[in-house]
Amino acid sequence: MIRRIRAFGAFWYGFIVGDDWRVAAGVFLALLITYLLSRATTVPTWWIVVVTVAGLLAVSIRRASPRPPDAKETMTQ
Amino acid sequence: MGNSALFIAVFLACAVEAVEALTIVLAAGIGRGWRSAIAGLLAGLLTLAVIVAALGPAVSAIPLDTLRLVVGGLLLVFGLQWLRKAVLRASGNKALHDETAAFQATLAATQHTQAGSGSVVPDWYGFTLAFKGVVLEGLEVVFIALTFGSNQHNVALAAVAAVAAVLVVAAAGVAVRAPLSRVPENSMKFVVGIMLTAFGMFWGAEGAGAQWPGSDLALLVLIPAVGLYALILVAVFRRREPRPNALGNSMSDEQTGNHA
Repeated sequence: MIRRIRAFGAFWYGFIVGDDWRVAAGVFLALLITYLLSRATTVPTWWIVVVTVAGLLAVSIRRASPRPPDAKETMTQ
Repeated sequence: MGNSALFIAVFLACAVEAVEALTIVLAAGIGRGWRSAIAGLLAGLLTLAVIVAALGPAVSAIPLDTLRLVVGGLLLVFGLQWLRKAVLRASGNKALHDETAAFQATLAATQHTQAGSGSVVPDWYGFTLAFKGVVLEGLEVVFIALTFGSNQHNVALAAVAAVAAVLVVAAAGVAVRAPLSRVPENSMKFVVGIMLTAFGMFWGAEGAGAQWPGSDLALLVLIPAVGLYALILVAVFRRREPRPNALGNSMSDEQTGNHA
């Protein structure tokens, strides 16, 4: 029974969150900040999601891209 | 968003999922026998129909702002997953999604497993394979059609686009009886990732209370801006020397269990 619940949870985690949980967490935080700021102030808040998405995508791709060997060597020097 | 944009977005996204489901069903049918594969396909479609019947009225009863926040957030996470993989593939940092390789791998796996016996379903392995493929990929089709449709108050058009995509892919699959490797799937995924991300940003922020400059017209800026940004990321992260397996010879996502 526990195995089935785990498998069910793992399916939905993979389906919604995917390979990089930081992306899902970042989107959640950006929407939360947009929600709170929109209700507390009259400042435009549309840009929060735009900036967050641009940053999250670049960082996530950077983390998933293997570094070239010369870059690693340079970093260790 | 106009009706034509809604139709195109849903059609493209659902066509990609349908190609993946078709590849699995064809492998099950050719490798294990058509009777079990078709039984699995029909059982999968029936399961999806039950899910649609349960989810459809529930989705339309949720307040629009809440719906846009939740659906926009989910679409955004979905879209970023797709776009991330599309950029990694286009820049040579990840193997291209190859339906022929996925088909051959699934076919080989099916042929190494012993058949069971049964009257209605002669082979439960083939049945389960087809069933899982249809339900998992179909779930994404249902999700995309329901969310896009309910956000634009036109579930009917989104449903027509989804059904049209599935029928076109199914007809092509029946005609050629082979995986649709000629469909430019990686390019389609790139476009779908851009659209899901742009729509997710728009609806998510709007549902959270943000006001977009120009209202709905902001989408006309967001979609090309996301596309341009993705192309810039491809150029920035492009590998100078392609990986040995970057052109489809390595483990595909189906083999590694990764379906986006």
